[in-house]
Order: sequence, then structure tokens, then C-alpha cells
Amino acid sequence: MKIRVKLFALTQDLAGREAVSLDLDEPVTVGAIRQSLGATIPALQPVLGSCAFAVNNEYALNSVEVHETDEVACLPPVSGG
Amino acid sequence: MVELTELPIDASVVTRMVTSPKSGAVVLFLGTTRQFTDAKETVTLTYTAYAPMATSEMEKLEAQAKARWPIDQCVLIHRLGEVSIGEASVAVAVSTPHRRDAFEAASWLMDRLKELVPVWKKEHWASGSTDWVHPGLVQRPDENTLH
Repeated sequence: MKIRVKLFALTQDLAGREAVSLDLDEPVTVGAIRQSLGATIPALQPVLGSCAFAVNNEYALNSVEVHETDEVACLPPVSGG
Repeated sequence: MVELTELPIDASVVTRMVTSPKSGAVVLFLGTTRQFTDAKETVTLTYTAYAPMATSEMEKLEAQAKARWPIDQCVLIHRLGEVSIGEASVAVAVSTPHRRDAFEAASWLMDRLKELVPVWKKEHWASGSTDWVHPGLVQRPDENTLH
């Protein structure tokens, strides 16, 4: 199953792109996406443990299952304000 | 009301937006861009967001605050793009019948916004270098480059 992960701020700079496409075996969880993202883009590996993930604009734990049409985002610690 | 904007935040406009005959208190908090962080001088800051989620997270905070305090009007605005030193990057404004609720709600909203709303800032230092600000980011050794 193909999953597109949006990247922001430092993760976007480290990866050199705004999004990464991953090909994963079903069932796909946020945890599997986190792991695959680090393997696909090694530069992201050191910071992924500190990143949150969102599925369809909602914060999502590693156990959350992801479907092909879902919008997935990798969110480094936020710093607004 | 929540908003992401690339335009300057006008404090008087925000104040008018929350002022109401039903309320005896208006609290407006402005987060402004700071020139010095310790000894390092900032020239400007750039804010970026995951806009749809930032908007929905701010809307959730507004709803949660309204459930918790007797808020009449609530406005949350965050700047995006380049923000010069001394300008407001964020505005939180609430009106309530009594002052204690307005202070508490505004403080709670600002704290939660900084924890949950996906907005990031990049410092452009006077030295010419830049840094993303990611509080709590741990850069662990990269196993893929160690072997």
C-alpha cells in the first residue's frame, strides 16, 4: 500500500523534500510508517523519535491503523507563538 | 474565531472583535518576536504551519476553552511567513463576565497552543545562520550512519 507522508520544518530540510512516498505491507500502522520513514530517509532517523504523527489532521499514536486514502503528516515538536 | 494570516496582527482590531456588552473583562495576549535569545541576536523569524491541522487544533482549543470558562468571545490568530522583530506572531483574546476567567482562559489557550498547534518557527540570526526551533527535539545517534 502506498502512503504519502508530509514533512515540515526540520524534517523537510533533512529530507530535502516536502513529502515522502512509502510502500508498506498491510495492515499499516503509524509505528510502521515511522520505522519505514527512517529506513527510507536515514537523515530523518535521529529525530523521528521526537516527532508526532497526524492522520487526517488528528494526532495519532503508533498503534493507529492507516488506510491508503488517509493524509499522514510527520510533525517535529511545535514552536508556534 | 481562529485564523492563520500572513498580515500584521492589529491589536485594536482583535480587541474590538472580543469586546461585548455581556462581558466585564477582555484579556488580549500578544506573543511578540524577541530580538535576543540569550546572547544571540535574531534578525527576523519565519513561521510555517501544517495549515489545515493548525486551524482545526485552534478550533478545538477554542471549543474546549468555551466549555471550561464562561467565554463570550474568543479569537486566536497566528502569523505565518516572515515576521520582523517586535511584531506580534500570535494573538489570544477572550472576553468573559469577570476578569479571573478571562486571565485563566487566555493563559490556558496560549499554553495549549504552544503544545499542540502545528506551527514552527525558524530563527534567522544576525550571524547569517538559521535554526528551526523544536523544543524537546532529541537528536539520537543515527544507527544507519554508525555502521
